[in-house]
Amino acid sequence: MAQSRLVAPELATIKVHGMTRESFLLRSTLAGAAAFGTLSATGLITKAFAASGGGDVDILNYALTLEHLETEFYVQAAKRVKGLSDYESRLTKELRDNESEHVDALTATIKQLGGKPAAKPMFDFGGAFGSRATYLKTANTLEDTGVSAYNGAAPMIKSGEVLGAAGGIVQVEARHAAMIRLVRNKPPAPNAFDKASDMDEVLKAVKPFIAA
Amino acid sequence: MGSIVNFEFGGTFPVTDSALRELADDPSSRKRFFKMLGGAGAVSAATVFLAACGDDDDESASSPKPAAEDGKADAKDNTSDLEILNYALTLEFLEAEFYRGVIDSGIVKDQKVVSLAKKFGSTEQEHVDALTATIEKLGGKPVAKPKTNFGPTLDKGLKAVLEAAADVENLGAAAYLGQAGSIKNKEVLAAALAIHSVEARHAAALNTLVGRGFGSGKGGLKGALPDGAFAKPMDMKAVLNAVQPFLA
Repeated sequence: MAQSRLVAPELATIKVHGMTRESFLLRSTLAGAAAFGTLSATGLITKAFAASGGGDVDILNYALTLEHLETEFYVQAAKRVKGLSDYESRLTKELRDNESEHVDALTATIKQLGGKPAAKPMFDFGGAFGSRATYLKTANTLEDTGVSAYNGAAPMIKSGEVLGAAGGIVQVEARHAAMIRLVRNKPPAPNAFDKASDMDEVLKAVKPFIAA
Repeated sequence: MGSIVNFEFGGTFPVTDSALRELADDPSSRKRFFKMLGGAGAVSAATVFLAACGDDDDESASSPKPAAEDGKADAKDNTSDLEILNYALTLEFLEAEFYRGVIDSGIVKDQKVVSLAKKFGSTEQEHVDALTATIEKLGGKPVAKPKTNFGPTLDKGLKAVLEAAADVENLGAAAYLGQAGSIKNKEVLAAALAIHSVEARHAAALNTLVGRGFGSGKGGLKGALPDGAFAKPMDMKAVLNAVQPFLA
């Protein structure tokens, strides 16, 4: 699928260092070794690269940017949010660690595919950490957005191996979304078919958190 | 884990697939949707119906053709996607039947849990309906509903029933993940992904409900995040073996 279809003019106005407009695609990937435990990461990546050309790197960088966002969100939340129950505090740290692992895996994969990992943007979460309720609500939004972003971009991944790895990540994001929704007394799986968002929708959702 | 998670879902849930069906049934909506698909890269579960309707303008919408007219590779692609769809349909039948059996048995007394089971069950039935329609429109023959037997599980009591539900959902999520890289048709893939993450949500919710907490179930289907940060796929053989106890 042509990358040009994914270009959103608004992206040019966002200062996300090291990320091209075209790179803002799906989130996902390569946790090669982690997702396919028994295979060597190197072999997997070599295969993935051969099959995909350069497009998958752009998608991986899109994913990386979103994972940076989620990681930073939970890093700050773990330090700043007051009034969380013991379960919610443990959940926050668990999600933080998961997202951080996604960042590491994506970064390593992009490098091994010969690409340049997108730099971590500057984030500003505003008043999201002011209360338990606003934190959880924002987390809910971010996790649901993450799921829809991966689901929207995954079909454009060319390499079956990269797609499998992306799938391994989006499944975890969906689990996160359900867990956060449960502590908010919201239905964990509100729809029979999860939404797939294009980059415009994802951008709109995360834009408030990316500092200029 | 009732002290941690309070199931207050309040009645009705949004129903979205009517919009999908409308889209599938309305040629002008289909055209608009394809335009959107091409223009923005947006994909959705709805597209599986679109693909099934066979829009000649879009080659990615693989409409069924007689094998003789089709390229050999194309026919083969279609066949493998149909096999995967029928495999998914079998699992969705099983899930839908399981929730039906649980609700009919009356074993669940907590109305919040009943509400959750009904919602999950109706979602699985929507998956059954969508997969069936897609298989038919791609020129395939939907598999028959498998004969199931949940009696032994139901006899073990509420905790075992909810744990079995969690196991089945974890299996479902792992099964879809195991096939994602093999699906040829992008619209079918998009639909499978839209279902996959819903199975994951169900799995996480049920794992939490039965008190499995987070991950740490190395190699097993334990915890709301059984595999940690990266979910693991399961192949068809392993999944079908795992559901054998539920088949009559």
